[in-house]
Amino acid sequence: MSDLISLSIDEARRRLDAREISSLELTEAFLARIEATQGKLNTFISTTPEMARAQAEEADRRIASGDAGPLCGIPVGVKDIILARGTRTTAASAILKSYEAPYDATVVARMRAAGAVLVGKLNCDEFAMGSSNENSAYGLTRNPWDTDRVPGGSSGGSAAAVAARQCIVSLGTDTGGSIRQPAAFCGVTGLKPTYGRVSRYGVIAFASSLDQVGPIGRSVRDAAHLLRTIAGHDRLDSTSVDNPVPDYCSALTGDVRGLRVALPREYFADGLDDDVRRAVQAAAQQLQSLGATLEDVSLPHTEYAIATYYLIATAEASSNLARYDGTRYGVRLGNDSGLLGMYRKTRAGGFGPEVKRRIMLGTHALSAGYYDAYYAKAQKVRTLIRRDFNSVFANYDLILAPTTPTPAFKIGEKTDDPLQMYLTDIFTISANLAGLPGLALPCGSSADGLPIGFQLIGKPFDEETVLRAGDAYQRDTDWHTRLPQ
Amino acid sequence: MTDFEAVIGLEVHAELLTASKIFCGCSAKFGAAPNENTCPLCIGMPGVLPVLNRQVVEFGIKTGLAIHCEIQQRSRWSRKNYFYPDLPKGYQITQYDLPICLGGHVDIRLEGEDQDRSIPLTRIHMEEDTGKNIHDAHTDASLVDYNRCGVPLLEIVSEPDLRSSAEAGAYLRKLRAILQYLQVCDGNMEEGSFRCDANISIRPQGATELGTKAEIKNLNSFRSVERAIDYEIERQTKAIRAGESIVQETRLWDTDREVTRSMRSKESAHDYRYFSEPDLLPLDVSADWIERVKGELPELPDERSARFVSEYELPAYDAEVLTARKDVADYFEAAVGIHRNPKAVSNWVMGEVLRIVNDRKLDQELVIEAWPVSAQQLAGLIALIDDGTISGKIAKSVFEDLLDNDKSPASVVEEKGLSQVSDSAELESIVDGVLAGQDDKIAEYRAGKEKMLGFFVGQIMKKTQGKANPKLVNEILRKRLQSN
Amino acid sequence: MPITRDDVRHVALLARLEITENEEQELAAQLDQIIAYVEVLEKLDTEDVEPTSYITPMETPFREDVVSTTPDTERWLANAPATDGRHFRVPKIIE
Ligand SMILES: [Mg+2]
Ligand SMILES: [Zn+2]
Repeated sequence: MSDLISLSIDEARRRLDAREISSLELTEAFLARIEATQGKLNTFISTTPEMARAQAEEADRRIASGDAGPLCGIPVGVKDIILARGTRTTAASAILKSYEAPYDATVVARMRAAGAVLVGKLNCDEFAMGSSNENSAYGLTRNPWDTDRVPGGSSGGSAAAVAARQCIVSLGTDTGGSIRQPAAFCGVTGLKPTYGRVSRYGVIAFASSLDQVGPIGRSVRDAAHLLRTIAGHDRLDSTSVDNPVPDYCSALTGDVRGLRVALPREYFADGLDDDVRRAVQAAAQQLQSLGATLEDVSLPHTEYAIATYYLIATAEASSNLARYDGTRYGVRLGNDSGLLGMYRKTRAGGFGPEVKRRIMLGTHALSAGYYDAYYAKAQKVRTLIRRDFNSVFANYDLILAPTTPTPAFKIGEKTDDPLQMYLTDIFTISANLAGLPGLALPCGSSADGLPIGFQLIGKPFDEETVLRAGDAYQRDTDWHTRLPQ
Repeated sequence: MTDFEAVIGLEVHAELLTASKIFCGCSAKFGAAPNENTCPLCIGMPGVLPVLNRQVVEFGIKTGLAIHCEIQQRSRWSRKNYFYPDLPKGYQITQYDLPICLGGHVDIRLEGEDQDRSIPLTRIHMEEDTGKNIHDAHTDASLVDYNRCGVPLLEIVSEPDLRSSAEAGAYLRKLRAILQYLQVCDGNMEEGSFRCDANISIRPQGATELGTKAEIKNLNSFRSVERAIDYEIERQTKAIRAGESIVQETRLWDTDREVTRSMRSKESAHDYRYFSEPDLLPLDVSADWIERVKGELPELPDERSARFVSEYELPAYDAEVLTARKDVADYFEAAVGIHRNPKAVSNWVMGEVLRIVNDRKLDQELVIEAWPVSAQQLAGLIALIDDGTISGKIAKSVFEDLLDNDKSPASVVEEKGLSQVSDSAELESIVDGVLAGQDDKIAEYRAGKEKMLGFFVGQIMKKTQGKANPKLVNEILRKRLQSN
Repeated sequence: MPITRDDVRHVALLARLEITENEEQELAAQLDQIIAYVEVLEKLDTEDVEPTSYITPMETPFREDVVSTTPDTERWLANAPATDGRHFRVPKIIE
């Protein structure tokens, strides 16, 4: 059984297609694993064993009829900010405590069509706002490598579940690093695709111009399989781009010869943990030994990224979260307090402190008299940050950088200081502001035995190169195969 | 008169006649059961995203071209943020800093004036309509229906350049006529598909600075708009004369009491926090698209009215009335095409035909399909007058017989024996009969009392049940009264 | 610009959040700290810089004007805190 939960998608595929195992057996193995570990890790907000078994049986029929694609019969977990019809979808918020998704997100519909098996809805920071998964109304999630530590956020449940082998792959969302940072903290591989590559339809919005759904797996190859399934134009999302979807797996040639890799100086500056610096530099050298070239470059506006991000993301969030007002769905409080009272009590009681803080900040940034100084200013700086990347990508194929300044921190360590928490996203946020694909993957271990990650940032819609380099690295290293105790 | 002048700007919200809503595939039709025309998108469920209906943009371009705006080749969408139960997302998707149309004008002419006045426009933008809150007087709750939520709107904003309720009324009627010509809006004020908010301020005659304005809402008929403007001008003038200052505020028109009253809700501390809508990309309209729409524009009321004056030699007033509605103008031209007596047809259309149209409220339809009398019947009827078969008076009664059927006027005249008596001998004997024994009245006439002539004509008509040829009667009568 | 407790009260009303005295104080301090941090942007001259409002260089796509949803009112009302079976019900709106 521990053998079944350790399979990669390709291995599982081969054994399913050879009828050595059934999808139902595979699914039962994961359901048992969830059962055994959920209490300790709290990775799931809800599990969907019945739906999973029904889907597994259906997948087995498809496999028998020879109609099985790569994901058919594969157990997956989905971040609870993504709607799946027939599941409760909470966005980790009390305000959506008993919200039944009335329709499928496009990514879920595509996974269903591919025959994937949905084992449950994964914990995250409330409305994807956080970097530690401590902001969930359904309890914090623990890091499988050290349960006193955070798994990262906001897709902490998605990363931790893959690390703990509760599902083979999972979906997360990444607005400022929410896939890559927890992937780094949990020692797994996560990709934030180019903005517009994956449909946002049915994904509960945090910051619309930054949000992107992406895959998390134990290897680049697993992530590539899931990306292939979910990517592509969706006429229900006006910001999704109508570019052809390449076969990401066949892009994984192992060949990185001649790839020009840039190392941004600003990402290796003071404040970077020594273990992290050493591991990331070693990863860069590994790619060099495989035939890539390395050069130092500058992304001069890096120091402005967090400020820019927190103004834009919170402004959009303040508007996106206005719909949670106790009228049409979700929790209602203060029904006897008049309309204004009902609004204010519902939102005060339904949202957690971090969400309220960001709504306040975003409302302030957009309000009369402040718009130009904050929101409009941040949009202009966003342009400068994008230009930095454009000029680097004029001469390079990839940017290589640490994913996080430190390995996973302790639970409670930063909860009293929102700004310190925001600063942990320093290396991931720029890719969101510029809309670029970013892949986080493990490359080392700290003195405490915690995973360390690095990231590869690519040109728009060039997920293939990003994945190819990451896969080449993983072919030559074994960090991604290590498992938490 | 007053030494103040009124400064009035109108914001018109016109619901567009699309089949579906602006950002989702729900029906945009009026009158469905509550919340029937809804889906996750127009209820503002978590995770939904808007996709723009092409027809809305087409209608925006069409309207902009018809009222001489500059169509913007790049415009964009913004969010207007506020909380209200009829606004499911907590923001309205609208256009703010870059609307689809800028500038433009609507030309109006007041009754009795011999010149047009051109009312300048600020802009036209597209946006989504809100749902409907239903206030139940008997409970402590309100109900919300999202059928209307997401129905596409054009907001047409005039410059504050109107000076009176009469100008405002003329502007609105003209604008509505144009939208109806274009078939982009049915113009129904009662059903709320053509709505108007009025910004009203006053200032000393001759001043150039604007006074503090009040925004008046809930104006759901032309009459409300005009009455509310008059009321507001008077209220503000009185206040200023009394040394009070005007508060910038939103006021509601109370249709029953015919007053405006302040909306003093503490919830209306507005700061809309507009920002560009990240779920929709910029809206690009190609020059080709604009050209195509321009080529497809129908003849509009002003052009048509000018043509009616030159082609049919109608008085400007007639031309204006006839072209105020496209279907009326079409009807007129159909009748003239059959019987070319434009002025007579115009008189009949403006008189009998429009009277019945108004009585039956047929003018609430975007296009009148069921005319009470067809253009062919009307033309036939006027032909009978013109060839002397019947008198105008008889024609009015024949007209009644033609209502809601397809009989020919000639057959009605024949059936009822209404042909005019034009036989001189017969008429002479009738005239003689009437004059017999009326010597004192004849004497009065001869003494100069002209109007006795009318008395005799009346008697003759009575005797012939109106069928006597009036021209002939007059001739014979004058001859008889003069001789002796 | 520093954030005062008055600012916090005003913004909390705009955002329809009821806040306690304690939260008001705490939020004022936290937002003030964050705002002080983001004002680092003031260092940059952005006079001639175009704002980034959209990340993808596309124009917005269209859908054709056809009715494509089917009425399912009951399903859309199913998550509502209060209804009369056909409408969403809210505390009385006073205009
Ligand atoms: Mg409007
Ligand atoms: Zn809809």
